Amino acid sequence: MSPSPDRPEEAGAAAAEGQASEGARNGVRGPDGLLRTPLHDLERELGARMGEFAGWELPIQFSGILEEHRAVRRAAGLFDVSHMGKIAVRGREAAALLDYAATNDVARAEVGQAVYTPFCRADGGVIDDAVLYRRGEGSFLVVVNAANREKDLRHLAQLAEGFEAEVEDQTGRWGQIAVQGPEAEAILEELSEAPLHAVGSYRFLDGATVAGVSALVSRTGYTGEDGFELYADAGLVERLARAVLEAGRARGLVPAGLGARDTLRFEACLPLYGQELGEAINPLEARLGRFVKFEKGDFLGRQALERVRQEGPRRHLVGFRMVGRGIARHGYEVFRDGERAGFVTSGSYAPALDANLGLALLEGEAPLPGERLEVAIRGRRVEAEVVKLPFYRRAKAAGRGG
Amino acid sequence: MRVPEDLRYSREHEWVRLEGDGKARVGITDYAQSELGDVVYVELPEVGRHLEAGEALGVVESVKSVSDVYSPLSGRVLEVNGALAESPEKVNQDPYGEGWMIRLEPDDPAEAEKLLDAAGYRALVEAEGGS
Repeated sequence: MSPSPDRPEEAGAAAAEGQASEGARNGVRGPDGLLRTPLHDLERELGARMGEFAGWELPIQFSGILEEHRAVRRAAGLFDVSHMGKIAVRGREAAALLDYAATNDVARAEVGQAVYTPFCRADGGVIDDAVLYRRGEGSFLVVVNAANREKDLRHLAQLAEGFEAEVEDQTGRWGQIAVQGPEAEAILEELSEAPLHAVGSYRFLDGATVAGVSALVSRTGYTGEDGFELYADAGLVERLARAVLEAGRARGLVPAGLGARDTLRFEACLPLYGQELGEAINPLEARLGRFVKFEKGDFLGRQALERVRQEGPRRHLVGFRMVGRGIARHGYEVFRDGERAGFVTSGSYAPALDANLGLALLEGEAPLPGERLEVAIRGRRVEAEVVKLPFYRRAKAAGRGG
Repeated sequence: MRVPEDLRYSREHEWVRLEGDGKARVGITDYAQSELGDVVYVELPEVGRHLEAGEALGVVESVKSVSDVYSPLSGRVLEVNGALAESPEKVNQDPYGEGWMIRLEPDDPAEAEKLLDAAGYRALVEAEGGS
């Protein structure tokens, strides 16, 4: 394999061999009109099958989704997640602004702490879900879904008019990789003097040096495994990614694409915006109640969500296993006692569990494990059974917190 | 990409093998399985059903996609590959062998002459950007 020769001039600055290139940017538009990450050339070199996602050209798979999925559960995987939107929120009232936008408690987060939160509309619908990194008393990096970046920017900028805070899109200057799996920590520790083992869940080191590259390194991820996400200068992230691939090889790390990222998050029942979450779904329906903090101050959506809490959610996100043959897919209708009760939000073959599973948003009483459902698959109703969530939970290593 | 010389091909990436007894075996091509990625589910027709050429005979699902499989010939289904229920990965591993899908009693074996030969199919795949 050799790097693609038809590299556009703009991205040509990203030199081969992982050399840092001055001014390399994330989100350079390729000839096909799609945005490219700084790892585009590396991914081509690794034989990735590329595809479009939210306007970006991203690796869907390398060796194959099932193999990559199993490698992450067993050892480790390297993901390019540079497409995620990065929004800096800074100023004396940055924390107050984000605490008002978020349902989770942001004001009480410490510097060095990351917070997962939905952002809601006044009616409780979810605008987006995000991870907020508190980099200083008045400095946050907000990492959002690529498809929602511009909507989030408009939303936060509008809210910022009432606060002493500035909102800036920094997506272009950052590269972002995720190193996920039980071997992730050992692999990164080979590349860094920083005390990564001491970084707790949803904590981060700002400016840790990994493979000679300064990075924000957090113990976060979207796979249900232990692991880290690393944010580095767009011009340096290729050097970082190559070093991780090299150091990880002996420990079973493989490059992994968006396909495996989705099946991994699905098994772990981590919500995907546009499927489990959306403007017509509130976080209490989506089983995200623990990220809605009613005991904190006012926040967008509070009144509506308090009403939902008092009355009980009208819909429930449930997990099910197919009993009959077939795979439930996003959007398929689900029936309870013969009546249409909702739809599948995500459904797939679950590689680590070797079963056909699904998540569905259903009206009525909260279903209990064992309840029988039917999923309409190509005009047939196929039997399914409610099961406990999450489908997959990793065995935690002894002695590690959170 | 393997394109055996002794098979006939549809434009929808199915293959047909005319067997000595006048029956036909059908599956999807190496190129098709490679484009789909890991196959995790295959749905096949009932034995005895009559299919028209171009009619959906079943469905093949990879982790990320759901695709119809079309019958390249008209005929009656004599047998389906039951092993694919438990081992759909055979479609990836051996698309022209153990990954076969159905056996047909063709209405008119000469119908196969309207399908592409190996050279024609190779050209089709190249035109689609495969190799």
